[in-house]
Parts: sequence; C-alpha cells; structure tokens
Amino acid sequence: MSSDRASLGLKLAAAAGLLFMHLPLLLIFVYAFTTEEKSYQWPPPGFTLKWFAVTWNRPDVWEALSLSLRVAAISTLIAMVLGTLCAAAVSRSRFFGRETISLLVILPIALPGIITGIALRSAFNLAEIPFSFWTIVLGHATFCIVVVYNNAVARFRRTSASLIEASMDLGADSFQTFRHVILPNIATALLAGGMLAFALSFDEVIVTTFTAGQQATLPIWMLEELVRPRQRPVTNVVAMVVVLVTFLPILGAYYLTRGTESVAGQGK
Amino acid sequence: MSWLRPASDALWRHPRLLLALLLVPPVAWLGVVYLGSLFALLAQSFFSIDEFSGLIVHEFTLKTYRELLNPANLDIILRTVTMAAVVTVAAAVIAFPIAYYAARYARGPWKAVFYLGVMLPLWSSYLVKVYSWKLILAKEGILSWLFETLHLTWLLDAYLAIPVLGGNSLSVSWTGTFLVFLYVWLPFMVLPVQASLERVPLSVIEASGDLGAAPGQTFRHVILPLALPGVIAGSIFTFSLTLGDYIIPQIIGTSRLFIGQAVYSHQGTAGNIPLAAAFAVVPIVIMGLYLWAAKRKGAFDAL
Repeated sequence: MSSDRASLGLKLAAAAGLLFMHLPLLLIFVYAFTTEEKSYQWPPPGFTLKWFAVTWNRPDVWEALSLSLRVAAISTLIAMVLGTLCAAAVSRSRFFGRETISLLVILPIALPGIITGIALRSAFNLAEIPFSFWTIVLGHATFCIVVVYNNAVARFRRTSASLIEASMDLGADSFQTFRHVILPNIATALLAGGMLAFALSFDEVIVTTFTAGQQATLPIWMLEELVRPRQRPVTNVVAMVVVLVTFLPILGAYYLTRGTESVAGQGK
Repeated sequence: MSWLRPASDALWRHPRLLLALLLVPPVAWLGVVYLGSLFALLAQSFFSIDEFSGLIVHEFTLKTYRELLNPANLDIILRTVTMAAVVTVAAAVIAFPIAYYAARYARGPWKAVFYLGVMLPLWSSYLVKVYSWKLILAKEGILSWLFETLHLTWLLDAYLAIPVLGGNSLSVSWTGTFLVFLYVWLPFMVLPVQASLERVPLSVIEASGDLGAAPGQTFRHVILPLALPGVIAGSIFTFSLTLGDYIIPQIIGTSRLFIGQAVYSHQGTAGNIPLAAAFAVVPIVIMGLYLWAAKRKGAFDAL
C-alpha cells in the first residue's frame, strides 16, 4: 500500500463521522422556516418567513439575549485580565506550585459543570449573597479564565525571551516593553481567547441554572422551552440565530491564530 | 510619570515581586471564590439531614455517605458510569477515522475543512445541539420518517421493544440519551486523538511497512499504541462530561435518574444539600482516579 493514499473505507468512515457532526445542525436551519407549529413534523408541510417577524417582536427573547450579551462581555473582560496574568506568571518563570496553578485554572472546566454550579450556589447561600447579574458573572468568569489562559500560555511560549531582553537593552522600561513589545505579540492570542471565552459564556447553561435567580439568559430561556415546549416556532428561529452567532467568534478566533506555529523572534 | 521608572526598575530587580503581582489576582479569584465554594460544598457532605424536621444537622457524620450507598442510589451511580463508559468507547470508535484522516491525509484546504468541521460543532451551542436531537428523535420527526420511507418501521419497532435500550419512542429511550451524549461530546474526542496522531512520525510508519508489517499490523502495533494517550485524553472529556450532565437525560431519555439529575433534585426541591453534596463527590472521586491513571499513561502531553 502506498502511504500517501487513504483507503476507501477510511474516507467513508471519516466522511460519515463529519456528516454525523453536521447534519443535526443543518436540520435546525430547515425547522426555522417550517409552517408547522404544534409538532416537530418531518418533512415540513410548508415554508414561511413569518416566525422571524414573530420572534423579532418578542420582548422576552430580547431581554434574554441582552442579559446573555452583557454577562458574556463582563465575564470575558474579567477572564482576559486574570487569564493573561496567570499565563504570564506561569510561562515567565518556574516556581514552586507552578503545576498546582495550572491545575487550579483547569479545574473549573475539568470538573462537571454541575459541581461548579452547586458549589457556587451553596456558597452564595452560606454567605447570604442574593442572586443577581453579578452572581452569574462570577460563575462565568471562573470557568472562562482557562480559555484565555490556554491561548495566552501557548503564545507566551512562542514569544522569544530575547525580544524582551532586547527591548530592555535598548532602554525601554518594563511598562514600555509590555506596551510596545509584549502586547503586540500576544494581542491576537488574547483576542482569540477572548472570543472563545465569550462564546463559552454566551452558551453556558449548567452553571447558570444554579447562579441565576429569576433572570433568564438566552440558554436558560431555551432550556425552559426544551423542557416544556410552548412556542416551538420561536424556539426554532432562536436556535438558528444562536448557531449563526456562535459561528462568528469561532471563525474569527481561527483566522486570528492561524499560522502562528513559528516562534516570533526565533531566528535571533 | 516619574514613579514609573523606579517601579519598573524594582520589578526588573525583583522578579519574585513581579511574579507575585502577576499571580495574586487570579489565584485570589480561583482560590477564594472557586476552591472556597468547592470545599464548603464538600464539607456539607459530612453533615446530615434530620428526617423529621428536614433541617440540616451541622455535625460531622458519615450517615449521608451510608445513604449514598443504598441500592437505589448505587443504581443511579452505576447507570451513569455505564453510560459514560459506553459513550466514551463509541466516541473513540467514531472519532478515530476522522482524526486519522485529518492528521495523515488532509492537505491544504482540506486541512481547514477538517479543523473547522470539528471546531464548529464543538463550539456551537450545547442546547441547540440537544434541541436538534429532540427534532430528530421525535415520533413525527425525521428518523421515523426515514424508517417509514425505507419501509423499515418494523425494524425500529422491534428495536424499541428491546427492554432496556428501547421505550415508547426513541426520544424517551436509553438509546436516545446515548445518541445525544455521543453527538454532543464527540468533538472533544476528535481533537486530542488528532493531536496525538499528528505526532506519529511518517518514518516510523514507513519503517514498520519496510520491516514487512501488513497495514493492519502497522495499525495495531505502531499507530494505535502511539495514539493511545490521545484517546485517553479524549476519554477524560467524554467520561467527565457524561458523568456530570443533568440536562440531556432530563430532556431525552427515560425517567430513570443520572448522577447529575440526582444532585439537582436533592439540592432543589428536596433541600437535601448533604446528600446532593455526597452525590457530587462521586464524579470528583471517579475523575480523580481516572486522571491519576491517565497521567501514568502520559495522556496529558496529548491535550
């Protein structure tokens, strides 16, 4: 067998696997246009655009969307600051407890979400903190740190230390070096990490069910529709929009981190 | 600003100071907010609930753990672990060809197609993915229609008649739950397997062929052992995520509980935080053992 040709079986298995991952998502797009409103009937009896108008005029959907966007924005901001600080510390030097810090950052996402959720909820109860916008943000920022951290650590590792030394030798102080050398080097990685953190927060439901009081983020709104379907056509449209909206940051993050495998300043 | 220069010099001269400044905010956040909550939760598993008043007794006891081990609760744990194991094996089987093709044969634009082909489902909304399966598995949905069009409805009915796997319809069966778990966690398996396969040097595969191994032998004795850390790394995700999920079995599946649902119902309506906490310890312990075993196999290098 020549080694640069895939066998037919492998091609078919790979293609079938990819189809399995994508067909269900495509189905969402079809259902957004169906005229059937009482069941999940297939094939759809007809196609219509009217549910988009109905969804557009629904204040509860807009409120949920706005809450989700605000939570995601603030959580991403906190996660970007904390994740970058942590990544800078871990990649700059070796110190006692370095492995523990990496573990600590990964833990909120390595443990099942329900544990993070219930732990935070019982802590809020013990401390008598009422549920609010900020309790949601607190939970989200905690598990978003790891995404920013991972992206930043990878980039720091690829940024040569000689660049920083050169900047210092040329008379820049630490802050100037940070502003003019380090930041431009890690900027795209931070942006990519931030986008992924945003997508993660925007979509989070398990931790949110524990840390939100009466407020509904978009995923919570969807969860209620899933458990007790009341307005299927509106849910179909919202589902489609969510798929489209989450694709954008992913594509953005992909283009930002593409072709960064080589170390900047490596040849020096 | 005049104070910047001395501050900068101080940081340069005392790298430990800089390190401390960098570390304090994230460690304070994660250590206090996260670990604090986690330990507060774990501590509560050693409390118990008074059967008459329904109030939590704040005294150290192992009573709650004894309760955890009664047959009904053990059944929940066993069911969840079985599901996690089956999902993990199935995910590995489906993910391997995708990862293998992407790592060894995909070139140029196909490389990007495979990368985004895994990344997009990975990152698209969890609830939307579950929702799409509600559409697929519904009685009037596309899968029933497909069986009907192919005149295979009898096959579907025969399958649904199987005691444990089947049910009234796919959306309220064990098989339905399994399919959704598999679908939602599959991308988490593809990525680490692909990463480990990409590190298998082509020369090693060629050497195996030159030494007379048939392609099947090369696969079994060279590629598979080298890809194993990736499979184990992927299995950490699929296993852990299945163990802790409470939404999928609630939406698609039977009325028999999984660990996540037990935690949720005990802390919610029942108000039995100690038992909920004890249940939450189960996935932590299982994952702890799993991670320890995975580390010995070198799976973390493949993450």
